[in-house]
Amino acid sequence: MTPDLLLKGGILLDPQSREMLEADVLIRDGRIARVAPEIPAEDVPVYDCADKLISPGWMDMHVHLREPGYEHKETIATGCRAAAFGGFTAVACMPNTDPPIHTRDVVEFIIERAAPLPVDVYPIACVSKHRAGKELTEMGDLADGGAVAFSDDGAPVQNSGLMRRALEYASMLDRPIINHMEDLSLGPKGHMNEGRVSARLGVPPVPALSEEIMIARDLLLAEYTGGHLHVAHISTARSVELVREARARGVPVTAEVCPHHFALTDEAVAETHFSTDTKMHPPLRTAEDVEAIKEGLRDGTIDAICTDHAPHASFEKEVEFIAAPFGILGLETAWGLIGRELIEPGVLPLAEAVRKLTVEPRRILRLPVPRIAEGEPACLTIFDATTRWTFEAQHIRSKSRNTPFVGAPMVGRAWAIYNKGHFVEAR
Amino acid sequence: MADTLDTAHTDPTEPGLPALQHRHLLGLATYSAAEIRLILETARQFRDVLGRRIKRVPTLRGITVVNLFFEPSTRTRISFELAEKRLSADTVNFSVSTSSVSKGETLKDTARNIEAMKIDMVVVRHKSPGAPHFLTQCVDAVIINAGDGAHEHPTQALLDLLTIADLKPSFEGLNVSIIGDITHSRVARSNLYALTALGAHVTLCGPRTLIPYGIEEMVEGGRVRVTHRLEEALEGCDVAMALRIQLERQEAGLFPSLREYHERFGIRLEHLEQHPDLIIMHPGPVNRGVELASEVVDHERAVILDQVTNGVAVRMAVLYLLAGLPDGEGAG
Repeated sequence: MTPDLLLKGGILLDPQSREMLEADVLIRDGRIARVAPEIPAEDVPVYDCADKLISPGWMDMHVHLREPGYEHKETIATGCRAAAFGGFTAVACMPNTDPPIHTRDVVEFIIERAAPLPVDVYPIACVSKHRAGKELTEMGDLADGGAVAFSDDGAPVQNSGLMRRALEYASMLDRPIINHMEDLSLGPKGHMNEGRVSARLGVPPVPALSEEIMIARDLLLAEYTGGHLHVAHISTARSVELVREARARGVPVTAEVCPHHFALTDEAVAETHFSTDTKMHPPLRTAEDVEAIKEGLRDGTIDAICTDHAPHASFEKEVEFIAAPFGILGLETAWGLIGRELIEPGVLPLAEAVRKLTVEPRRILRLPVPRIAEGEPACLTIFDATTRWTFEAQHIRSKSRNTPFVGAPMVGRAWAIYNKGHFVEAR
Repeated sequence: MADTLDTAHTDPTEPGLPALQHRHLLGLATYSAAEIRLILETARQFRDVLGRRIKRVPTLRGITVVNLFFEPSTRTRISFELAEKRLSADTVNFSVSTSSVSKGETLKDTARNIEAMKIDMVVVRHKSPGAPHFLTQCVDAVIINAGDGAHEHPTQALLDLLTIADLKPSFEGLNVSIIGDITHSRVARSNLYALTALGAHVTLCGPRTLIPYGIEEMVEGGRVRVTHRLEEALEGCDVAMALRIQLERQEAGLFPSLREYHERFGIRLEHLEQHPDLIIMHPGPVNRGVELASEVVDHERAVILDQVTNGVAVRMAVLYLLAGLPDGEGAG
């Protein structure tokens, strides 16, 4: 059922060269048959791309698909449905499943489950067995099975010795270590950013320091070992500064940020009267942090934009604040927030924003970037950066509902993806 | 109005009488000075009732109040219960040890179950900040916060204010020091809002490890300052409120020992001698010899038991004002 399709009247955006080109794209048998102006329609269905852009398919390098183990929150299929709505043709999924992605069979299970879906799923495997922070996983076997990186995500590697060995071992396999940056001893049982708002609300806090001290440690370890360190969901001003300084002296480090960390601040917890959809790890920070993140995006310190899409069932989130699990949905709202917060206000040029969703995540994960050229498999996203719309509950494609952005204005919309022979419109 | 309190036709919507602008009492952060004064004034009138031989009025007859306590509490729960009974409300107690919460029922389900039994008002205590706000989204009943984590404990602050108002001519320019574990204190936060709303200056004093960053900015206008020296907190101070210190904070590494705490932050007899007009308050229960030296607890300038008495009157006032009874209804 691979649909042939003529994408008519769109503008091709090549994030490698940052060039734009008006051209039609003819897709036959899931491959790009022709790229040229004014291709006649002939026998194929036409998708009108007037006022729309076409880029290589986007990738979200940090999502939680919850399968296996937590299928009541999300499945690989529903997570990919949300990804497709958001314009993503690829995701990398975190290993905090049950069982965790700490053995090769789990990697293969996920890849097999995702095979028939329109979205490419790249598993990120655990650094340590059971994410317990004690012994390394069989990283070689996991990488051979298809793991693109290693992370204990929500259970950050606390032991410096283990982190050193992980960076060393993974560098031998040419894979990055992604650390969720948190020194747990600095924010035990914390539920929001430490500062004015937490002081006012009496919510047990996590200081920015907890993230920064871990980044500082890991930067030294990356420098010492030469292993590639990828900073997960960076969220504070000082963190951005630390990464910038380290990069300047040649430390092999990359970083990613989530839209909620530049679209919201910790004031949202107060404004929503303790809505559990404002609770995530790392927590929403301050306006100064948001400014520093934007500067980090602008000067390239922050390489990629990801979502940390973290579905939780309504019954799990509809509880009092400190009892709620951390995390919010992200796939469906990412582009509209990037448009609103980064592109429209001029923080990032359009081509740079698209690079952070296409070229950069794949560079970090050593994956080829799809090209819109004759003979290539069709892997592309059709979108615009100007449509004003309001995100509503009806737009949620995830199995869960935990987003603070219902009712929020969005700028820019992903209209469709084409990947692996599937054409999915975001309707 | 005092004359009508014990009649069967009390009418809070009587023309000319101010009304609360809030449907719930979730915290004092959003309550205006006028609303706070109204509660204190109403509480004074109820205190007159409490001084009579028959300490009961029919004001809330037919109104059902549930006391939903998810944290252990003796005095606050008893105080609310007495206030409800003095007003002739039907009261039900629901506390964590005897409830289905231990079986894993969510707060939302618990609240909705209770509401299905046709409850008019819910008095709630919970360890999570914002739990009373959450309840307002789950049920239609009027919600009264009896303490939510370290966030607010509005009726405690109101009874503290009533106690102070009995002893001092005005809140304007009054210097109140709150001493102890500010980080974990809902009493401190509610008092900060209420005292500064009425014009008082507040000094927060405690070990650095127990005062949260950014607390001075909680209220605008520079009315709050922080010190880590008790002598500084007591200098020029009209009222000193000592807060209860929990031993578990020592176990969490937030201060080294109760002995050292008392040495540096405990109020002793010598302090009362040095400051002859100083009033001592404490929300209770007191750790004798820790926050306050034992002689200070029993000193004539310690008004801890007056606070307890005022607690019942203040809670009666809050219940009465929030019951929002339309004309002729509820008083039977």
